[in-house]
Amino acid sequence: MSAAMNAGLDAGRAPGEKIILRGRKVVGGCCEGEALVTRDRVSGWGGIDPSTGTIIETRHQLRGQSFKGKVLVFPGAKGSSGWSNQFHIARLAGTAPAAMLFNEMTTKIALGAVVTHAPAMTDFDRDPLQVIETGDWVRVDADRGVVEVTKKR
Amino acid sequence: MKLNDQERAMLDGAEGPAIQRAMDLLMRYGEALGAERLVDTRNVCGTIGATTPFMRQYAQKPGGMDAVFSEFNLDSATVVQVPKVRAFATHLQQGMDPDYAELQGIAPEVVNLFRKGNAWSSGLGVQLMNTCTPYQVGNVPVKGEHCAWMESSAVIYCNSVLGARTNTEGRESTGAAMLTGKIPYWGYHCDENRYGTHLVEVDIDVETTADWGLLGYYVGEIVQDRIPVLKGIRHVPNLPRLKHFGAAASSSGGVEMYHLVGITPEAPTLESAFGPKQPVATIRYGMAERRRAYELVNATARDREIQYVMLGCPHYTIEQIWEAAKLLEGKRLHPDVSLWIFTPRVIKSLADQNGYTSIIEAAGAKIMTDTCSAMAKAIPKGTKVAAFDSMKQAHYLPAMMGIQGWFGTTEDCIDAAVSGRFNGDLK
Repeated sequence: MSAAMNAGLDAGRAPGEKIILRGRKVVGGCCEGEALVTRDRVSGWGGIDPSTGTIIETRHQLRGQSFKGKVLVFPGAKGSSGWSNQFHIARLAGTAPAAMLFNEMTTKIALGAVVTHAPAMTDFDRDPLQVIETGDWVRVDADRGVVEVTKKR
Repeated sequence: MKLNDQERAMLDGAEGPAIQRAMDLLMRYGEALGAERLVDTRNVCGTIGATTPFMRQYAQKPGGMDAVFSEFNLDSATVVQVPKVRAFATHLQQGMDPDYAELQGIAPEVVNLFRKGNAWSSGLGVQLMNTCTPYQVGNVPVKGEHCAWMESSAVIYCNSVLGARTNTEGRESTGAAMLTGKIPYWGYHCDENRYGTHLVEVDIDVETTADWGLLGYYVGEIVQDRIPVLKGIRHVPNLPRLKHFGAAASSSGGVEMYHLVGITPEAPTLESAFGPKQPVATIRYGMAERRRAYELVNATARDREIQYVMLGCPHYTIEQIWEAAKLLEGKRLHPDVSLWIFTPRVIKSLADQNGYTSIIEAAGAKIMTDTCSAMAKAIPKGTKVAAFDSMKQAHYLPAMMGIQGWFGTTEDCIDAAVSGRFNGDLK
């Protein structure tokens, strides 16, 4: 705990430490996986390649990385209204994220999460972007509104 | 979500399985949003075609277009037979121009699929406008009208310029809305969510279409998906300028609504634009910010030798085609360069009638309809570097197609098409 207090952030705790976040279900279900975290909003159409689940947007923090099977933690959606369709295709292509955790509710992300069929949550008691780092192990129980984060480092 | 009796009956299957699936999706979507109810809409802009590469494969499966609609418009793995649409529904841009299929790299059997899909769609009562700019060709909602539109550049125009009300819907929600005439009452449907959040003080003259694009791109980059209120606009814009401004702001950020003080319908004054709210931030837009937008959008561009010029994102107006024709009249494109101009089919027929198509084709350029390079993923063979007069296309196409892209004025782009070299710079 002292490391977190020193840093003034929740990130940077001891390896193996567990952190619980509570939030609102967007799409129900349970799953677990490795976190992929970005502070950049994600663009769907023109921003991802759904055949591989890779972020392709030119200036994106995660450019070239795939969210396939990952717990994607991000601020929210941006860009074209093709957002839901691109994640819908990703689901059918088997490249969708395992779960989505985000802060900003929009119609793009709501519909996109619904058609991705993966557990999704928002409205957290703490900012998941502050708590979760790429590589952490994350268990999402959207039905109960609970996210359990196991710190990698 | 609270449903009224009619909506409940739809969900219970009283109006058949397709309406039932549509209402089920609207319920899941509304609950994901945190909406409390649905609102009636008679005006839907969406897409139900199957011409983009992934959809084409899907349309070949058993069930054909019903299977495409079930999966991609209703999020239903069960194939349902799709009834005629209830709302006035207009089709957005598709995945090809059937008249230029070969140039766009589209196989003849895919053209057949496109024609079959169009016949199927029109049989449902969907208007085949096949454009990202339905407001140019017969779907012009009035202030306060509840709509269910997708296409980010059309949504921002609908909310901001027309004062109608829509969220950025998607393929699935517009499919459900076409069949039911319903959409979640949330976001921009509600008065309290339409007020400005950020004040933008525009310190410089913004007049040309390119200038409006640069302003939109910068503002979107800063405010992301909030609502900018722009003060200090010294020149009243027109349709192409606001079309470009909105497309740019919705690409760099996710702007779905803006106010231009003294110009757009919900902002007669600064006070009315913000309503009971205070701006969360004030942004200045001057020469440095304009330069910043230009540099951001040209991030992928290095080489000046170009092979492709694409105009018409969002789809060109007849005024823009007229301007392009004037710039091209009596000239010939460089032999290594293709120039494709995209517009709605209805406007191309006007361009034919006015003689602009002949002038443009005599120069070696093409006017294409129903799609654009980004939707069709179609660029001329061998393109390594392209030029656009659209911030939106310059934002998206290089990433999608792995090419370099320059943004410039229409004049810069046409000069590049004739000389083979992009000589534009920020003036």
